[in-house]
Amino acid sequence: MRPWETDLLLRVQHLTMRFGGVVAVDDVSFEVGRQDITALIGPNGAGKTTVFNCITGFYKPSEGMMKLTHPDGQSFNLEQLDDHDINSHARVARTFQNIRLFQGMTVLENLMVAQHNVLMRASGFTIGAILGIGGFSQAERDAVDFARHWLDRVGLTRRADEPAGSLPYGDQRRLEIARAMCTRPLLLCLDEPAAGLNARESDGLNELLFSIRAEDGIALLLIEHDMSVVMRISDHVVVLDYGKKIADGTTDEARSDPRVIAAYLGVPDEELPVIEREVGL
Amino acid sequence: MIPLSEPGKSFGQRLKSALADAIIAGWIAFFLFSLLLGVRTVDKVTGLTLAPRPGLLAIAVGIVVFGRLLLNLFVWQAEHPITTPFAKLFTSKQFERRDLIVLGSVAFVSTLVFIIASIVHAAGFQLVAACLLAFLGIGTIRRVIVYFFPNLPYARIFTIGGIAFAILFPLVSYLLEKAFHLGLPLRYLFDLSILVLTYVMLGWGLNIVVGLAGLLDLGYVAFYAVGAYVFALLATHFGLGFWMCLPVAGIAAALWGVILGFPVLRLRGDYLAIVTLAFGEIVRIILINWTPVTNGPNGISDIPKPTFFGLPFSAQASPNFASFFGLKYDPLQGIIFLYYVILGLALVTNLVTIRLRRLPIGRAWEAMREDEIACRSLGINTTITKLTAFATGALFGGLAGSFFATRQGFISPESFTFIESAIILAIVVLGGMGSQLGVAIAAIVMVGGFEALRHTAGLQSVFGEGFDPALYRMLLFGVAMVGIMVWRPRGIVGSRSPTIVVHDVKPIPKNLVEEARA
Repeated sequence: MRPWETDLLLRVQHLTMRFGGVVAVDDVSFEVGRQDITALIGPNGAGKTTVFNCITGFYKPSEGMMKLTHPDGQSFNLEQLDDHDINSHARVARTFQNIRLFQGMTVLENLMVAQHNVLMRASGFTIGAILGIGGFSQAERDAVDFARHWLDRVGLTRRADEPAGSLPYGDQRRLEIARAMCTRPLLLCLDEPAAGLNARESDGLNELLFSIRAEDGIALLLIEHDMSVVMRISDHVVVLDYGKKIADGTTDEARSDPRVIAAYLGVPDEELPVIEREVGL
Repeated sequence: MIPLSEPGKSFGQRLKSALADAIIAGWIAFFLFSLLLGVRTVDKVTGLTLAPRPGLLAIAVGIVVFGRLLLNLFVWQAEHPITTPFAKLFTSKQFERRDLIVLGSVAFVSTLVFIIASIVHAAGFQLVAACLLAFLGIGTIRRVIVYFFPNLPYARIFTIGGIAFAILFPLVSYLLEKAFHLGLPLRYLFDLSILVLTYVMLGWGLNIVVGLAGLLDLGYVAFYAVGAYVFALLATHFGLGFWMCLPVAGIAAALWGVILGFPVLRLRGDYLAIVTLAFGEIVRIILINWTPVTNGPNGISDIPKPTFFGLPFSAQASPNFASFFGLKYDPLQGIIFLYYVILGLALVTNLVTIRLRRLPIGRAWEAMREDEIACRSLGINTTITKLTAFATGALFGGLAGSFFATRQGFISPESFTFIESAIILAIVVLGGMGSQLGVAIAAIVMVGGFEALRHTAGLQSVFGEGFDPALYRMLLFGVAMVGIMVWRPRGIVGSRSPTIVVHDVKPIPKNLVEEARA
């Protein structure tokens, strides 16, 4: 029994996504543990982002099942939920490969928008707040406090009133993570969080991700190209190639798997038959 | 076409390139104007013939050539463009000696010209000199105020001053007129102010949809029409009063907004603009053809006026407003009341919008304008958010429509053509999408300024007695719009203010802010 199978958060079964004749994801199954940092890796075009988009509801999978179980036993079939319900009910948050911040809004406003559903209920769906009944101002103060907590965590408190679009790239990455965390998720999906970061920023990111798992008890699922990041922080690696899962295990297992090496580095022509025999093709 | 200014160039070189440029521009002007101005069709017994107008053509081409030459020499290619000192009046940049000399000499010459023109009764020169002096005066006053009070909240002062003026203007001018018999055209001024305020309200209403939610709506006039017709039908068929029908009309328009919103939810940009345009036309065509209900193109007449807590303003009614308060009857009282009704409605629109912007729904609208996909990833139901934006915008459109119906007393589908939607959208775009103050200024400039061009007797003294400024309104209007879009492409108010802050309020430059676009 693998550690991620004992305390399961998300079970993806036979996930298939077809775009016309193209099979972007082909019968992929894997598990995400509640205590783990799970990395989804693979060469370009392997279907990682498609899997992400299926889990977070931006695509409806052609086949397969994705079952997410909350600690209280309540479970959600993600393939049946709308994208916004996946965030608000199933409590899965995500970031994007090309950062999608609200550029013309301030850093703080970005984090306030992330708490929309909580604030919307507190404002009596706007009507209460306009009439001045209900506890909206208290709820708003709480939301600001929560946002400031996350600004402190990602080191952006000083820049809270600046427009998000004017932040440097590394800060924008961290702000996007903070914004996703402000939706109070149980599973945080990060699409290439370290892309475009320098070594120092990348180290800072690793620390942030560790602290999210340790302090907030939130499972992380990330797509990453930077192998140093993947190998350092993840507990569980799922490797995709051409839409198929080719490996699933700990970082050490993935690192030594000949199919993973072949997928990443390719093999010389003369060794091809040997490798093929080894991996059973 | 515009050569870059190169500081190292000698005067001879500059003159040469400026001449070459002016000659090319002259040729282009000649070809363009040769048919537009150079010939005129004359109806003769022999049939339609062309009469050449070489003089006019020469004047037009001459203006282009010399204008271009002067611009090249003194502005575009000049080391110290002659326009810089004037531009500096409206910034906080340091003046150099050269700037002061230019400004001083222009002021001196304008004053001289003004005095001489006043003596010899050359109204044209007088007007030009007066405009120049006014421009310099405004700029100087601005510099002086900013110099002594650099940190005043100017936008707030401007807003409060504007609202105070709007509240006091009709009463004060009415009382002054009654007391001193100044002969002010009060009836006309009040009617124009009511028209301007109606557009301010419509602009603020559409600003919710276009400016905040980023949904380009070309059919806003449909909601205006729904509000107007709902009120008119309820009033004429069931004898209900304005205040009773106002909320009903608003809610009906909001419902219409939701109905319109549903099918267009998936659309963005150009597609949304086209479908909303079509909806606007559909509403108008239904109004024309559904004769049993709407009375078709003949419209609905005898729509009642609003009452002051049950007191009508008409002379026949008894008791009416004047007799109840023991005043002398005056038709202006009713108009002033209408003015305050629309002022109140517009301010309510504004206050609700300002409040909504600071509530989660308003932030969700703005977030949706910035990035819809990110919104959905944060658990925001963009379907509902879009529908609320459409409904809220439509609500205010419907309220404005009811007011329009009660003011006019008569409505027909003619009043709800596409050009109305286009004017309201132009107000929002020129004002700076999302900015309340900008939209108000744009409505005053667009509607009030457009109207003011009717009364430019001064221009007649420049261009001769045969010149009818009303004919050139559209042209001047177009030039003004092009000017604003060249110099302030993000509208009159080119920044967004944050809805919540930790430390201090800093306006956000508009180049970071998304906007509705096709």
